[in-house]
Amino acid sequence: MTSVVIVDDHAMFRRGVRAELGDAVDVVAEAEDVDSAVRAIREHTPDVVLLDVHLPGGGGVEVMRRLGVTDVRFLALSVSDAAEDVIGTIRGGARGYVTKTITGPELVAAIGRVADGDAVFSPRLAGFVLDAFAGSIEVASVDEDLDRLTEREREVMRLIARGYAYKEVAKELFISIKTVETHMSSVLRKLQLSSRHELTRWASDRRLL
Amino acid sequence: MMSTMTSTLPHDVRRATRDSTDTYLGGVASGLARHLGIPVLWVRAGFVVLAALGGTGVAFYAGLWLVLPSDDRFSREAPGLESATRGGRRPRPARRFADIGPAIAVAALGLGIVLAFEAAFGRGALFWPLALGVVGIALIWRQADEAQRERWLDTTGRIDPVRALFGRGTWASYARLVAGGALIVAGLGVFALTSGGLDVAWEILLAGLLGVVGLAITLGPWVFRLASDLADERAERVRSQERADLAAHLHDSVLQTLALIQKNAADPTAVARLARSQERDLRGWLFNEPAPEGTSVAAALRAVSAEVEDAHGVAVEVVTVGDAPVGERLVPLLHATREAVANAARHAGTGQVDVYAETTAAAVEVYVKDRGAGFDPETVAPDRQGVRGSIIDRMRRHGGAAEVRSSPGDGTEVVLRMPLEEERP
Repeated sequence: MTSVVIVDDHAMFRRGVRAELGDAVDVVAEAEDVDSAVRAIREHTPDVVLLDVHLPGGGGVEVMRRLGVTDVRFLALSVSDAAEDVIGTIRGGARGYVTKTITGPELVAAIGRVADGDAVFSPRLAGFVLDAFAGSIEVASVDEDLDRLTEREREVMRLIARGYAYKEVAKELFISIKTVETHMSSVLRKLQLSSRHELTRWASDRRLL
Repeated sequence: MMSTMTSTLPHDVRRATRDSTDTYLGGVASGLARHLGIPVLWVRAGFVVLAALGGTGVAFYAGLWLVLPSDDRFSREAPGLESATRGGRRPRPARRFADIGPAIAVAALGLGIVLAFEAAFGRGALFWPLALGVVGIALIWRQADEAQRERWLDTTGRIDPVRALFGRGTWASYARLVAGGALIVAGLGVFALTSGGLDVAWEILLAGLLGVVGLAITLGPWVFRLASDLADERAERVRSQERADLAAHLHDSVLQTLALIQKNAADPTAVARLARSQERDLRGWLFNEPAPEGTSVAAALRAVSAEVEDAHGVAVEVVTVGDAPVGERLVPLLHATREAVANAARHAGTGQVDVYAETTAAAVEVYVKDRGAGFDPETVAPDRQGVRGSIIDRMRRHGGAAEVRSSPGDGTEVVLRMPLEEERP
């Protein structure tokens, strides 16, 4: 069974998540700030960490930074929908981002997906991705491969943003679910590694609109 | 009077700022590059070339550092995010300069070069002007820039000595440090070997000049900052008053909602509806930019969805990509969207509707999807004209297009498309 560490500074929320997850996963530990999270993750090496984005001690990103290269996979869970938080956490190393209003079964499915090494995109995250990779960019100074989405990846992202489940995306595009997952992982990689100027600049520009 | 002027200032005038996210020293070069719209490498190269040609680059840089405000000053975030940042629950803004390592290395390198220079061309040729420059920069830095110094603190607020010395520990920063150290040692050695007499008159003159310039450098930033802080403070006061009003209004509505929830405790649908609508308000205030209603497509769609959410007690998830001002042309699109979302809320029976809108230069497309009962579009009774009349025909009449995709048991998706300019046949 998938072992999970829940990291969140609200005890009530941790309790709620634990109850919602029920017997579907094995919750091995809970943590309430960056230090205790790092300790708990080092001690238990869980499959998946449910990581709150706003966390005393520097936020969820700091937890991932301190742990460095690790096999543990992170799924970010947040009440904030702010673009800076979403993109920042993904670039910090999380393999997915869901908001705290997600239902129990959906959360279990997302944890399973992350544990398998796939990416989890909520419609909102897909929207942010499309926004961040939208528009034309100067051809010089970019890594072609990392800095733009392929037509197919864009299609997949748009369907996810429209509220399609993986299965429905596969059916709509006449491809296998495995292929959909491959596209998602590739988008995740680009999101994390792209040095694209717009991507890093994007969030701060948005604030000024 | 004054306050209304200053509160709108940052939006009306395009001001150059220092870039706090992409910095080696003060973010002057990257801020300038952003302002002028040229690659930052050119600007940096320019400064280096100018610095090599008699030091004007250094003076220019220092001057700009002094007068350009950091863009930190203008960062306006939603209250929830600002509070989380203050409480250390979010990562601090990117801190390359976390990292005074490179600066120390560069300083050591610079000092080494100066000493080597002196050894080659005689004492005093370059030392005093450069020492003056370095002291000046240090003073400016000390005074003009808490925001900058904040960055070499680690996330818990302590200065991390290793990080301060070696930065991220790349080989380049070590190499610079070693090279600088070697140059200093070599320079000192040569100096000790060839020590000669200094012209005393020169020294007195220099000391006098130093005093005057030092005073100007010391007081200049202070005076400058006092003036700019005053303006900032005024803008900030207006802003916090607006926020306090909003917060009061919000708290008031939370109280109302709680009262209503207690009254409706027996009716789960009503409670869910109340909770959902209050959650939307709070979340919007805490984490999103306040987008005045009726100004943009995204804001208008959110408003439309919120209306349906309240009326039908379903959750409507709105995702938008791109945005545009709402013109005459888009009004029918908004009406059609409202109709489509309301239809989904009424007939799907799942309590969840997804709305996705994409705005490009050419058109606005809206997708309204539910995973509900679905229906066969061919067999809709002629008396139930909601879809045909208010969605498809309305879109066509106004130059757009609409498509309804549905089959029983498979949910429904309504696709609406409105070109932003009259499409020529």
